[in-house]
Amino acid sequence: MSALLEPPIRQEFVYAAPPPAGVIVERPLSRWQRWSQHALWRKAFILLSLALLWEGAARWTHNDLLLPSFIQTAQAFIGGIASGELLTRTAASLVVLLQGYAVGVLAAFVLTLLAVSSRIGRDLLETLTAMLNPLPAIALLPLALLWFGLGRASLIFVIVHSVMWPLALNTYAGFQGVPETLRMAGRNYGLNGLRLVLHILVPGALPSIVSGLKIGWAFAWRTLIAAELVFGTTSGQGGLGWYIFQNRNELYTDKVFAGLAAVIVIGLIVENIGFRTLERVTLKRWGMQR
Amino acid sequence: MNAPAFHLVRPPIALEPLLSVKHVSLEYRTEQRTVRATHDVSFDVFRGDRFVLLGPSGCGKSSLLKAVAGFVAPRAGSIAMQGQPIHQPGPDRVVVFQEFDQLPPWKTVLENVMFPLLASKRLDKQAARERAHHWIAKVGLAGFEDAHPHTLSGGMKQRVAIARALAMQPEVLLMDEPFAALDALTRRKMQEELSRLWEELRFTLVFVTHSIEEALVVGNRILLLSPHPGRVRAELNSHQFGLHSAGSAEFQAASSRIHGLLFDEETTAAPQAASAQREAV
Repeated sequence: MSALLEPPIRQEFVYAAPPPAGVIVERPLSRWQRWSQHALWRKAFILLSLALLWEGAARWTHNDLLLPSFIQTAQAFIGGIASGELLTRTAASLVVLLQGYAVGVLAAFVLTLLAVSSRIGRDLLETLTAMLNPLPAIALLPLALLWFGLGRASLIFVIVHSVMWPLALNTYAGFQGVPETLRMAGRNYGLNGLRLVLHILVPGALPSIVSGLKIGWAFAWRTLIAAELVFGTTSGQGGLGWYIFQNRNELYTDKVFAGLAAVIVIGLIVENIGFRTLERVTLKRWGMQR
Repeated sequence: MNAPAFHLVRPPIALEPLLSVKHVSLEYRTEQRTVRATHDVSFDVFRGDRFVLLGPSGCGKSSLLKAVAGFVAPRAGSIAMQGQPIHQPGPDRVVVFQEFDQLPPWKTVLENVMFPLLASKRLDKQAARERAHHWIAKVGLAGFEDAHPHTLSGGMKQRVAIARALAMQPEVLLMDEPFAALDALTRRKMQEELSRLWEELRFTLVFVTHSIEEALVVGNRILLLSPHPGRVRAELNSHQFGLHSAGSAEFQAASSRIHGLLFDEETTAAPQAASAQREAV
């Protein structure tokens, strides 16, 4: 016969459980803990390391034509800003970029609006994105040049193409992810159509929309720089891509790097100031993102 | 406890029912088939009722509530509020759901309670704010007006949902297993709070639950539904029970009677239930 285990029966206790005396319930973090929590410092450290690595590699190869050092690039960058050339080129690119981005965002919103309001709209969105999203925007450039001529309109066309599909796809996925209960709550209070979309779906899908906006922004930059490299200037006012291309032709490699750095710097600023702020005042505050 | 200084009013039963559900059958569609959720269900809800829809999973009680709310159109039969047929959701029938995500996370507690008042264009901003403050205090959340829902506990979130619903002063308050996702202690507390609010305000309530005890404690009348598809098994009174009577002999008797009604149904319907698909809703 096997023995059955029985736990022992023990004495009962009841305590008053007063608040603990002399124990600190809340403690401030140490300075180091607070410091290391700032992503800024960690990222600055990474950037500094990369710059040092670059400088070392450049000095080791010792070939200014192939790989100018970090310091040379920085000088070219500062020189470009001082002379105003880099700034005007950047401004020219940014103006085109923002126009294309705005149109792309609007188009994506209209498309997803159609997709949430009817089944045929949903099929349209799914078919169009499946067809056109994998198509590189730059592949449409020859066609755009044919249609819109050698100018700003062609650039805007390819930027819209590169922004619209990924953003529409993300926004739609976000709308799909809004809980059914939340939609029903909205409808319960008489919201429908566009009001339901604006009051419930858009804020509910904001995490996806923001990530779509980020992807769209990156795609827009890539497309614009590539397009400028391919067909260069628009009515005498070339952008950053043209600046890079021109300087490469003249073998000013340090200026090529300066042009690339300008793209990167703008990317960092938009990501860390623009999108990060947007996320902080919305998603993080609402507990929709960690 | 001292007796209340006012006397109770019990209207004669001959009055028009506030909500009238007649021979309602509901169906929902899956990829392969249409499934009947409820079959030929009729009941009346009068003003001031705490009407409970009770049944096991798959009896279509949530579907019924959603049909009353106007989210689901009945396959057959009719649902009418004060004689007017129900076609769509409306702020006269506010729903409190089980899920916590019924509160938009981007709105603070105050904004959440104000939101339906503004969305339905009932009040202007100032009046909505005042009323929201009043109802937030009523459910015991004064001081949490500026908190976002993700910082609140489950019970507090449901309180916000209740405050939001009551602030609309709906004709009927529809509650779909509102306390099912709460822990047992919080659930008990919320049942007390709901009873207290009803004692004070005498709103009309339709309450869905799968807990016999909760049905007896919360409701004054219980509609018992059998599963697959939901049919009316019984309509019982439970006005004599409250939170204080849980554990009494009569309470136990009523509880086991309901249990028996549900259990008998299950044994006879077992072969049918096994062949039916998943539970409704």
